[in-house]
Amino acid sequence: MFPNLNNLPVYDNTGVNERVKRFCTRSIKKSSKTEGLKLALSMIDLTTLEGKDTKGKVQQLCYKAMHPHDSLKNIPTVAAICVYPSYVGVAKKALQGSNIQVASVATAFPSGQSALEVKLSDTKFAVDQGADEIDMVISRGEFLSGNYQFVFDEIAAVKEVCGKAHLKVILETGELDTLENVRKASEIAMYAGADFIKTSTGKIQPAATMPVTYVMLDAIKDFYLKTGKMIGMKPAGGISTSKIALQYLVMLNEVLGEKWMNNNYFRFGASSLANDVLMQLVKAETGIYQSINYFSKD
Amino acid sequence: MAKKNNNIFKASWTYDEAPESTDHIQIKKQYELYIDGEFTKPVKNNYFDTINPSNGKKIASIAEASSEDVDKAVKAARKAFKGWAALTGKERGKYIFRIARLIQERAREFAVIESLDGGKPIRESRDIDIPLAANHFFYYAGWADKLEYAFPNRNPKPLGVVGQIIPWNFPLLMAAWKLAPALATGNTVVLKPAETTSLTALKLAEIIHESGIPKGVVNIVTGAGETGASIVNNPDVNKIAFTGSTGVGKYIQKATAGTNKKLTLELGGKGANIIFEDAAIDQAVEGIVNAIFFNQGHVCCAGSRLFVQESVADLVIEKLKRRMETLIVGDPLDKNTDIGAINSKKQLQTIENYIKIGINEGGEIYQPTCEFPKQGNWCAPTLFLNVSQSHRIVQEEIFGPVLAVQTFRTIDEVIEKANNTPYGLSAGVWTEKGSKIFHLTQKLNAGVVWGNTFNKFDATSPFGGYKESGFGREGGLHGLKPYVKFE
Repeated sequence: MFPNLNNLPVYDNTGVNERVKRFCTRSIKKSSKTEGLKLALSMIDLTTLEGKDTKGKVQQLCYKAMHPHDSLKNIPTVAAICVYPSYVGVAKKALQGSNIQVASVATAFPSGQSALEVKLSDTKFAVDQGADEIDMVISRGEFLSGNYQFVFDEIAAVKEVCGKAHLKVILETGELDTLENVRKASEIAMYAGADFIKTSTGKIQPAATMPVTYVMLDAIKDFYLKTGKMIGMKPAGGISTSKIALQYLVMLNEVLGEKWMNNNYFRFGASSLANDVLMQLVKAETGIYQSINYFSKD
Repeated sequence: MAKKNNNIFKASWTYDEAPESTDHIQIKKQYELYIDGEFTKPVKNNYFDTINPSNGKKIASIAEASSEDVDKAVKAARKAFKGWAALTGKERGKYIFRIARLIQERAREFAVIESLDGGKPIRESRDIDIPLAANHFFYYAGWADKLEYAFPNRNPKPLGVVGQIIPWNFPLLMAAWKLAPALATGNTVVLKPAETTSLTALKLAEIIHESGIPKGVVNIVTGAGETGASIVNNPDVNKIAFTGSTGVGKYIQKATAGTNKKLTLELGGKGANIIFEDAAIDQAVEGIVNAIFFNQGHVCCAGSRLFVQESVADLVIEKLKRRMETLIVGDPLDKNTDIGAINSKKQLQTIENYIKIGINEGGEIYQPTCEFPKQGNWCAPTLFLNVSQSHRIVQEEIFGPVLAVQTFRTIDEVIEKANNTPYGLSAGVWTEKGSKIFHLTQKLNAGVVWGNTFNKFDATSPFGGYKESGFGREGGLHGLKPYVKFE
């Protein structure tokens, strides 16, 4: 069902920034910090999306996903590995026996500039290779020229091809310009069948920001109240430190609450975040910050 | 009292306690009066206790100034006046700048004491009260040598000895609002802080002493209403500046009538916060929270009357209730606390009494579920729905976290209702339409009208009231005027 876009809430940038600033002043320490860090680690989609990706690189990343830091006990694995469709098979094999999902970017990632047939076959290929999750990009060009129906139909079509695989819809908020557009795109994606909405591809600046994520969480909340359906959220790109990740978790906690505080409904699209979280967890256990050389680079 | 938790978005991740350290705070057992550049014992040797409102424990003994002490202070101020007024503006500015810098240097200490003594959350004292207090001194220090530009061709002269009486809701900030413009214009001062929150004013006295300002220029006398009355009635005081309740304001106005004393009053309020259907609703909800629950609602310009356009009323109220569930009420010194302790037992009783009145008058009460510490003065953030202009909780200032919600249909209706109050201190307007904001700022009888925000203060911006909210302005260029006469 195509959503009614006429009565969407408006956003006041100053007000949104002020609210976000307040999440950032929560003091998270001791056991709540450790709890938060572990949660953050379990929500990470470890990602490699480079032209120079190889089988070896993907395998190493998968290994890291399963063994984030073996000398630390009682820490979770990350939620998923995110790769291009051509490496889904490799990742799937490497992750055998673990609960880690394989996510794949499809639909002519990152620009989304190709014909629908191509996008669908791209998606189908990834799903056939065994992808558990598909991260698709919306057609920003069509969105910005006002062809909302086009964007909606495209997402719905991809969703159909996904089958059992979860669909994450990337809005590429860095190209949408206004918070109202972010809200509108979220609305279209959720009504078209997205399981997750995601901020960015990571290829465009700005990538994920807290104000944009706040607006998307707000959209998810209103959608839940209207339809009873819980949509997941994935900020991606630029979240590289534990401190920022914890601030996102505070925001999630205070906007959507406990039902969303797990990796079924929240993900971080970030790779460098994992090591920083691990470093903080080691610090919590030993009281000492280790040099970055004590954490694997993958 | 009706309490129900309707929040489906309940937070599960509770934050560990994050108390601000008090190790670096030095509080003496006993505080004396600051008169003529010295900390002096009160003539009658009377002291009273200052209590931590979050646990009921005594913090220190404070000297109670009798009329003899006030007399001494006024005499000291009179003696110092000639020299202080004769200094060049640049020279006076130097001292005021020094006070501002010393406040900044000791900001953390001031913030902790402010929260200990007053009950306000450290988040607010640290991020709002203390920085703003320093800013006021900086701002007026800058005016000290530019008065002839503030009042072109008018030759401003100081008034003489100024008696200043300040309230307990923003102890240090109010002291800064009063002292900075008075000193910049060349007056000498006798200041009385509120009896429940004297500590930061006395700490400020230490800083003022440290600044090396000539003795007698600033005198700080502590005590309750009688001490204040002694200042008001002292014949050698040239001007009274008072911030506090409308009741006391009226008394002061009567007492000074027919004398030569100049007077400014900044009194109570019952601010209207108006949400239009085209507003950014979630930000407006934040604005409502900030308008009424900031500083536990102990704000004279609090937006304690909420007007929501009928078409969005249900939505706004639902969102507001949900937002209230996430407010953290508790230890003021915890950095995660949103709402601290009610300043005094007496004030808590006043608020509770108004809540009872609201219920008895048929208002529908809503309070979120919150757990309070066992000791201390606590009040849950409270909404009253289904009330009208004739309800007492809509008419009278409560000075607590109690919001009365009404709906409206048209602009004219809401203007009429917003102005239908004895007060006129503040108002807030929430709409995406700029022209609507400007239309309302013209029509609302309020000293401050905020557009798409609430409870924002700045040293450069004038603040003051209409009607029973008082007269005179503090802050900005306007704030200099009550402290000068023109020759």
